[in-house]
Amino acid sequence: MGAGHLHPLSVPGPSPLHALRPHTKVVATLLFVFAVVSTPREAFWAYGAHAGILAALAGLGHVQARILAPRLVLEAPFLTFALLLPFLARGERVEVLGLLHLSSDGLWAAWNILAKGTLGLTASLLLVATTPTVDLLRGLERLRVPPVFTSIASFMLRYVEVIAAELRRMQVARVSRGHDPRWIWQARAIASTVGAVFVRTFERGERVHLAMVSRGYTGSMPPTGARPAAAAEWAAVLLVPLSAAVVSVAAWSTIG
Amino acid sequence: MSRGSLRVQSLAYAYPSGRQALYGINLDVEPGERVAVLGPNGAGKTTFVLHLNGVLGGGLGQVEVGGLLVERANLREVRRRVGIVFENPDDQLFMSTVGDDVAFGPANLGLRGQALDVCVDIALARVGMTHGRERPPHQLSAGERRRVALATVLAMDPELLVLDEPSSHLDPRARRELAEVLRGLDLTLLMVTHDLPYALELCERALILDEGVIVADGPTRDILRDDDLLHAHRLELPTGFDPTRV
Repeated sequence: MGAGHLHPLSVPGPSPLHALRPHTKVVATLLFVFAVVSTPREAFWAYGAHAGILAALAGLGHVQARILAPRLVLEAPFLTFALLLPFLARGERVEVLGLLHLSSDGLWAAWNILAKGTLGLTASLLLVATTPTVDLLRGLERLRVPPVFTSIASFMLRYVEVIAAELRRMQVARVSRGHDPRWIWQARAIASTVGAVFVRTFERGERVHLAMVSRGYTGSMPPTGARPAAAAEWAAVLLVPLSAAVVSVAAWSTIG
Repeated sequence: MSRGSLRVQSLAYAYPSGRQALYGINLDVEPGERVAVLGPNGAGKTTFVLHLNGVLGGGLGQVEVGGLLVERANLREVRRRVGIVFENPDDQLFMSTVGDDVAFGPANLGLRGQALDVCVDIALARVGMTHGRERPPHQLSAGERRRVALATVLAMDPELLVLDEPSSHLDPRARRELAEVLRGLDLTLLMVTHDLPYALELCERALILDEGVIVADGPTRDILRDDDLLHAHRLELPTGFDPTRV
């Protein structure tokens, strides 16, 4: 163990974005996504403006495009769906490149998903790149997310490495005794390993609970939430979604 | 009774399955004393330890820590007084960062804000781990994790420190560093271990617990010199280790 990293998605700071309180960043990201979603799909320039805001933030947070771009692959399943829409949707059809007859509504819908999805995901990726996961949880706690959710997420973060390391050790032990599964019916040993890890994890849960009770746990986790942010910090952070909202409103007025 | 003393009287306990684990334990530990609890696997050592802070109970007999009876009404104070460091630090360190983990106990006692921060800093300084406050536990070495686990209970200002197999999985250097930290603590110490040389190094008194009863109690050196006694209770010194020469 010890090789793992608790913040695999975060990019080391410092930067002005890293220094912000996590809960302010969570709220700003959420509002920014709302502003993007509410932008009319016909106003192409508005999406350029939103992308410009994100690019400026990425520069401020020292998050390079080569770090963000591979992570956007998360969007792939949604994009596949979006790419099918021009072929599958009904209604008026337009000729594209002189070869394809695609649905006009489908093209608009695909563009809508592509633009809003990419901008929303990029905003989220910027948030996690400039906020260690632990701080994100503290931010959520500060925003009054029920402690049971933040506790479960926190335990998951803490033990995922421990359990992964246990699985790796068991795999090495299996392979060391000549296990070389090539066919589905040889998967029994793998299933047994997963079963054994499940039982051990369950037992570990009991031991952890014992350790918690021994240190005064009576059913609720003590607060570890982020410290409050000053009004000036809130104002600075909220400038981002406010700019996006202004863009959205302007976009509606230009197409209206 | 004064701070840090332990009195166990006729403690007997059977698990709900019916298996009797303790058959009537009597023990007096003076404040500041360091006592090694030796015994083979399945002797009842862990069951005994879990009675000291009231995690297990409901059997016969009674336990007093610093004059306070271990019973439901006193559990909060008892768990402050008795700090248990479990064998596997991965079970003890369950929060995302070292600092949050050390803060868990005192926060449960009601400490908040600046006072909690200071408490965490002091506990980490006592085990030489101030630099690890923001680190996730799984990034620490085995020795560091053990010392942080110790800090998590020191932060609660305990009177009686109970260590379950403190030297297991430690390399010689981490073992020595932990011993140095433990020697520097002015606390009553109860150390459950199979590591007999470590028991001799740190504890002036030892007792052997086997099949739910204390079968020997005396100076650690005398107990470790008694080959027949050790053999009868499945305890062994490392080959070539001579307790009279330490």
